[in-house]
Amino acid sequence: MSEAPNQSSLLLDMKNISIEGFSDERWHPIINNVDLTLHRGEVLGLIGESGAGKSTLGKAAMGYTQPGCRFTGGDVLFDGLELSRMNVRDLRSIWGTRISYVAQSAAASFNPAHRLLDQTIRASKRLGERSEQVLKNDAIDLFRRLNLPEPETIGNRYPHQVSGGQLQRVMTAMAMSPRPDLIIFDEPTTALDVTTQVEVLSSIRDLVAQFNTAAIYITHDLAVVAQMADRIKVLRFGEEVEQAETRTMLSAPEEDYTKSLWSVRSLEKPEQAGDDVLLSIANIDAAYGSSKVLHDVSINLPRGRTVAVVGESGSGKSTTARVITGLLPQLSGSVTFEGEQLPPKLRDRSKDQLRRIQMIYQMADTAMNPRQTVGDIIGRPLEFYLGLRGRDQERRVIELLEMIELDASFYDRLPDELSGGQKQRICIARALAAKPDIIICDEVTSALDQIVQEGILNLLQRLQDEFGIAYLFITHDIATVRAISDEIVVMWQGKVVEQGMKNEILSPPHPDYSELLLSSVPEMDPDWLDTLLAQRAAEGSKTIKAQD
Amino acid sequence: MLRLVEVIGKRLLLGFVTLFIVSLLIFSAISLLPGDFAQAVLGQSATEETLAAFRSGLGLDKPLFSRYFDWITGVMRGDFGSSFSGRNSSGFDLSRPVLEIMAPKLRNTVFLALVTAAVAVPLALVLGLLTALFRNSIFDRGANGLTLTTISAPEFFLAYILIIAFGGFLPTIANVKPDMGVLERLRLISLPTITLTLVIVAHMMRMTRAAIINLLASPYIEMARLSGASQTEIIFRHALPNAWAPIATVIAFNLAYLVVGVVVVEVVFTYEGIGKLMVDSVGSRDIPVVQACALIFAATYILLNLLADLVGILTNPRLLHPR
Amino acid sequence: MTETQNQAAPSALNETAAVRLRRSRFERIRILLSRAPLTAWFGMIVVSLYAIAAVFAPLLAPYGEAEIFAKADDIWSSKHWLGTDQIGRDVLTRLVYGARNTVGIALGTTTLSFLIGGGLGLIAAIDRGWIDQIFSRGIDVLMAIPSLIFALMLLAIFDSSIIGLILIIGVLDATRVFRLTRSVSLNIVVMDYVEAARLRGENMGWIMTREILPNILPPLIAEFGLRFIFVFLTIAALSFLGMGVQPPTADWGSMVRENAKWITYVPYFPFPDAMYYALKPLLPAGCIALLTIAVNFIVDWFLHETSGLRDV
Repeated sequence: MSEAPNQSSLLLDMKNISIEGFSDERWHPIINNVDLTLHRGEVLGLIGESGAGKSTLGKAAMGYTQPGCRFTGGDVLFDGLELSRMNVRDLRSIWGTRISYVAQSAAASFNPAHRLLDQTIRASKRLGERSEQVLKNDAIDLFRRLNLPEPETIGNRYPHQVSGGQLQRVMTAMAMSPRPDLIIFDEPTTALDVTTQVEVLSSIRDLVAQFNTAAIYITHDLAVVAQMADRIKVLRFGEEVEQAETRTMLSAPEEDYTKSLWSVRSLEKPEQAGDDVLLSIANIDAAYGSSKVLHDVSINLPRGRTVAVVGESGSGKSTTARVITGLLPQLSGSVTFEGEQLPPKLRDRSKDQLRRIQMIYQMADTAMNPRQTVGDIIGRPLEFYLGLRGRDQERRVIELLEMIELDASFYDRLPDELSGGQKQRICIARALAAKPDIIICDEVTSALDQIVQEGILNLLQRLQDEFGIAYLFITHDIATVRAISDEIVVMWQGKVVEQGMKNEILSPPHPDYSELLLSSVPEMDPDWLDTLLAQRAAEGSKTIKAQD
Repeated sequence: MLRLVEVIGKRLLLGFVTLFIVSLLIFSAISLLPGDFAQAVLGQSATEETLAAFRSGLGLDKPLFSRYFDWITGVMRGDFGSSFSGRNSSGFDLSRPVLEIMAPKLRNTVFLALVTAAVAVPLALVLGLLTALFRNSIFDRGANGLTLTTISAPEFFLAYILIIAFGGFLPTIANVKPDMGVLERLRLISLPTITLTLVIVAHMMRMTRAAIINLLASPYIEMARLSGASQTEIIFRHALPNAWAPIATVIAFNLAYLVVGVVVVEVVFTYEGIGKLMVDSVGSRDIPVVQACALIFAATYILLNLLADLVGILTNPRLLHPR
Repeated sequence: MTETQNQAAPSALNETAAVRLRRSRFERIRILLSRAPLTAWFGMIVVSLYAIAAVFAPLLAPYGEAEIFAKADDIWSSKHWLGTDQIGRDVLTRLVYGARNTVGIALGTTTLSFLIGGGLGLIAAIDRGWIDQIFSRGIDVLMAIPSLIFALMLLAIFDSSIIGLILIIGVLDATRVFRLTRSVSLNIVVMDYVEAARLRGENMGWIMTREILPNILPPLIAEFGLRFIFVFLTIAALSFLGMGVQPPTADWGSMVRENAKWITYVPYFPFPDAMYYALKPLLPAGCIALLTIAVNFIVDWFLHETSGLRDV
């Protein structure tokens, strides 16, 4: 708890909140007896993995539950008003004016038919306290404080005319326009690239501090919450694990669960150089239709090693994978595998060439046919490449299941009967079944919770040690890179910016872009953002503007 | 703006190309006729000369494309050729121009369709909106069951039920005459209008409801709700501006459906419209009239769809305000 | 949640978040049926009755399909429960055989349109190249003509036979099946598991039948119901207009046409007889309506269960 709260400054007091949701033909608890208090001007960080109920709890602070959910107990006291049992008409006089909400996907949350400025001031206009012109000027002022480009005119644009990072800031302006007592930020930067995220984070933080607004900041990213919150509450399975003032929580978490969350980020393996080049792509140019997306890309992958390809969205890292697998034939350049050139087109490659390069995807959900059982999914490559059928196939599938730390009971399950981490493990087993030399991992951990990520990374490492498989590891997450790679390739706008051993790349000096990328990755230090901003301000013009 | 002009231009061009191909298809249908059809039209006693004269009168000795060109230029001037009926084996041609036969019937059909649309469209949109707003209420469920029943039943079934129910005091035969006043006409077509309205309203209302519900599920509607917008504000300010395109599609689809439904209803109520004309002409194998009717139905259908797409384009903020 | 869960060490075996409950297929069907609304039950019962009537028509019908009795246009009696038609055939018998003929023809036509439209739609979706372009543009044009009008025109040229009718309506209706199959397949084709199958080197046949088809089955099944209704009504309308199924085949649409003349006289008959003359065209028309309503109820429920969104 933060220092002795002055009773009058207590803004929000949620007691014994319980919420149930209806799915899969039954009601089940989402939030179970959680308390939450918030003082004026205070920022509370709400963290937890997916399914922990943090977003539901955040919305409950407004007295709102999503369709298909219901309050089953507890009180939501907001400034003396009980919200959880208030009727919708009365809630409307509070929503948008005294409590506002900032959603994760700004692009989907703005009405495509109206101009940004009109949407920004709509809720304040309803209050009727200030004239439209005053509100508009105020909105422009907010745009300016949020470092939006062309604050005078950006409001005349429509949502599809500005970028995601800008929209997220406009949404913050919209939330702030009526000067609410409380703003709920629901993962506001999760959909953004790291370099964009830094700017949005600092804008939000400054604005909330300037107006002394209380906020609930919901995120799964510990490093982000460390920058934003005064106090952190950790949720798991819809229950509170612990809460404490930010610095205390970071330096001395009490619960095992919290400690395990903290430790994931410290996963690191010693780098190993490899001299036996297994796969080599040289001077690749590639294009989708007429827009060129890869320029002169060259990467070497040594046998039994991991090369991480790092970059933000649009950097060309996934396109590189598509060229290697033959899905997107290159315009020029070559892909050489064990000294032999691979045909650019998928259908010209032999079955054995296909077998030896396997792929694992980011979204395990869409990487498995929902109508096939685990046995079918892992069994198919066994039959297709190795001709295993019947009992032999079944035995091998179970062997593979054990290899990925699952067991035979999974054999006839369907994908939607598995958790996210289990799904990704099945995808690994499917790739493993082909006995490959190379596995291309495309953001395989970024859709997973941090503890599950750790498990997957450890598994991949063990498999590499055991079978000598080389990984081409595509990711945007530097912590993952630290955890798994031997070498690193940094990509930006379809070009390779930097390439080398891990420690060499991760330690300064860096080329400009790598510097921007690496420095933008939030760290678990509450002062990280301040330090970074101070540094960048000092360097001034040298910094590359994030392309926003 | 350039982009908008380009999109509209493309869509118009596509409409014309479609119309062209469809007219070609309809026209070439005549070449599919079996070789002895001249005999069938003129009768068994027709001489070789009259048959030959009939064929060359139709231009059957010329290549397909030049015949098509003659036909389509004629159509553009309003000349659909002349009917098969009225010809006989003597070679003496009593046939009337297709246009002359068709014009009064077309007027009748347009009248019926317009009256139906004027009743059905506003009714369906309001009901659709209401069922979407009060989703899963008793009202909604009842409307759902009722409309499902109406759209399932064939038009003639509905028509007969209405005849039995109202036959005592509403005219069951819509025999309009050219010299009748509007009120008299309206009285005569009351039952056909009700039949068509029932079918159209059911379809249109269900589609409107689905379109609105789909829209209400978008994240920006939840956002609007969470910023305190009232239900009316959500509907009129947030949902409706984005609903024009789907609603236009729904209306166009159903008016096009009206074009088809009108055929059966005209036959049931012996209403002298173009649908009944087409059925009669199919029965008597009067191909020029069938072609003309088919062309008019198809053109209406294509134009309605074109119109819906244009509304969609003109209300799309992405096209109106390009980056 | 329980405390044990909180303390469980992170391990792949007992991860639980947002996992669907494991249930057997039988169990899921049982749950589904137990929640089926009355309308769906009504639909299922009606469809079963029709199926029985169609399959066992010769056993159920009191007389032969085209058997002619002396007295035409007879009113109901113990010998002819529903009377006889204009040339003296037993109306009840004609109705029972109608289940076989009218429904059979519509079912055959719908199946044909699914074979053509479904097959081409799948190919177009997987190809996404010039084959797709050609098919899609061609079908846009075909769809620009309302199918009843198109059918009428073709029937003006060709003699109407049952095979001809099935071919014409089947091909015209295939356009709509093509559109749906293509658009739902496009959603599946972009899935990573289809790409994974491609990367594995699987051929087109495998990708079509094993990866895509099982995943587009629910919307296709619903569409089959809707297309069936549409085809059934189109053929009934054609028969009603005299262009569809021709005598002596017993068919509901034609029966409505043959008895339509009575309906306008109904108000002028005295009470019990008026009922009979009203029923004459209404019975076959009602048989058509009842089946379409039943199928619509089932499809409506099915769509609600599988997607919840597509309401049309």
